Amino acid sequence: MNRIWCFGDDIDTDQIIPGRYSPYMTSEQDLARYAFIERRPDFAPNVRPGDIIVAGKNFGCGSSREYAPRALQKCGIAAIIAPTFARIFFRNAINLGIPLFEADLTGVLADGDDGRLDLALGQLVTPRGVHALPQPPAFVRAIHAEGGIVAYYQKYHRFPVESSGEGTDTW
Amino acid sequence: MSQTLSEQILSHAAGRPVRAGELTVVEISRAMTIDSIAPEVIDVLHEQLGIHQIPYPERCAIFIDHVAPASSLATAQAQVRARHFAREQGIEAFYDAGQGICHQLMVEQHLVMPGSVAIGSDSHSTTYGAIAAFGTGMGTTDVALAFATGHSWLRVPETIRVNLTGTLSPVVDAKDIVLHLLSRVRGDGFTYQAVEFHGAQALSLGSRMTLCSMTTEMGAKAGLVPPDDLTRNYAPVPDWLRVEGGADYEDVIHVNLDEIDPLVACPPAVDNVVPARDLADVHVDQVFLGTCTNGRLQDLVAAAELLRGRRIAPGVRMIIIPASHAVLQAASEDGTLSTLLAAGATIGTPGCGPCIGRHMGVIGSGEVCLSTGNRNFTGRMGAPDADIYLSSPQVAAATALRGVITDPREI
Repeated sequence: MNRIWCFGDDIDTDQIIPGRYSPYMTSEQDLARYAFIERRPDFAPNVRPGDIIVAGKNFGCGSSREYAPRALQKCGIAAIIAPTFARIFFRNAINLGIPLFEADLTGVLADGDDGRLDLALGQLVTPRGVHALPQPPAFVRAIHAEGGIVAYYQKYHRFPVESSGEGTDTW
Repeated sequence: MSQTLSEQILSHAAGRPVRAGELTVVEISRAMTIDSIAPEVIDVLHEQLGIHQIPYPERCAIFIDHVAPASSLATAQAQVRARHFAREQGIEAFYDAGQGICHQLMVEQHLVMPGSVAIGSDSHSTTYGAIAAFGTGMGTTDVALAFATGHSWLRVPETIRVNLTGTLSPVVDAKDIVLHLLSRVRGDGFTYQAVEFHGAQALSLGSRMTLCSMTTEMGAKAGLVPPDDLTRNYAPVPDWLRVEGGADYEDVIHVNLDEIDPLVACPPAVDNVVPARDLADVHVDQVFLGTCTNGRLQDLVAAAELLRGRRIAPGVRMIIIPASHAVLQAASEDGTLSTLLAAGATIGTPGCGPCIGRHMGVIGSGEVCLSTGNRNFTGRMGAPDADIYLSSPQVAAATALRGVITDPREI
């Protein structure tokens, strides 16, 4: 079982990692240590690989800093579940291969709950029940299957949205 | 079929007609990165993609602005890498410390053109909509891939049409328009959408940049002002880029400029907006005039008009950081700088300054800063228990004079 970490609405990237703690100001090696360093100092020392973030609306708003989702990835966060994500964070997470699910579980789950993520079945199992997670669009699944956009590009030498060729992919 | 401005620009960049909701690959006319992100971009290019010579150096740009000049050995070393990379790759659009903020220079130096698509590793890349370009912020990996391929993928956004009517009152600023809009649609009101500002003919290029810059604070992917004579005066506008009757807008929002008061966004959210006159009990320790949102000559002039012949309040530090070297030079030549200095303000090297809380005006515990910047998130400019209020340059100047947040109409 993994731990559920709950956050509220509008968690901006300055809360995920303040600009003063960016790799530019510190070092890439220390990135995981600084996740939520001021917003929630108990997070980085206690988070374990496979843990899951459950948050409110507009998660990841603000700066385009990719080191925000990368810090969470380096902490081993297995998925982030929120009703909505800010667009740049959403893109960055897709590119890095971090699973995001647009679902509102904030009223259902509590911080510290146990949870087991089943990506194949698209569900989160907790002592409170089995929570279905919406399936990401096909091109996102294609990127994740390769572990991120860079790996995808190196394998196929094109962007995933070119795959259909008809230009009719919508989302 | 009629198209929105975003659909027109993205169709052109895709080489085929696209509509809102479609995923497409587009040619990137200009991809830019900055000192704080450039080392990551270089790492992705060299180490992950194995690319040692980028194919289109003439379509890239690098700016040293987020910590400029370097404040520490770590930032100095990163800037050495960025300088070396620009030189070895033949990136002529390299702007070193002191030249100014990336978004200001992208427009000022004509690095982005009407009707083109430009991306930057900074969220305020939406600024380029001021000259009717599709500008949007992306992360390290997207910018590295654009450097590597000259292209990017994106979803064509739906468009919200904002109709501006009426006239701004004296000392009310474009910043107040966008704070007003934020108070109505909130910080996620335009998520994944583009915004078109109609009725902006009376607004200067600088004011248009302020509007478009702040659209990212509403979650927007791009903010655009339709091309007009001001745009054509900036650069040629493609024939195909024009407002088309019958374009499909997701929503239409009306803003009456006559009714807008000087406004302030209170901590810790950009959409937490109240009239400046309601905050007269808020004492400030620091006033910061600058950033990509409000660091242009017109912003310095607007502040100087209120500060002329007056002194800022005892106990208030007023830090002014011009958005570019050209802004600083112009303010020096027209006397604006003398007025600001005579009032007791100090001037920093053109760049981002303390907006991101890294140098040149970081605030400590319990301190209050009123900034003309774009974000007032907890800890953004320094201590997590410091408070950041956001306003126009006019409110900033009035506040510096009184030491408490002040409606400039009271001066």
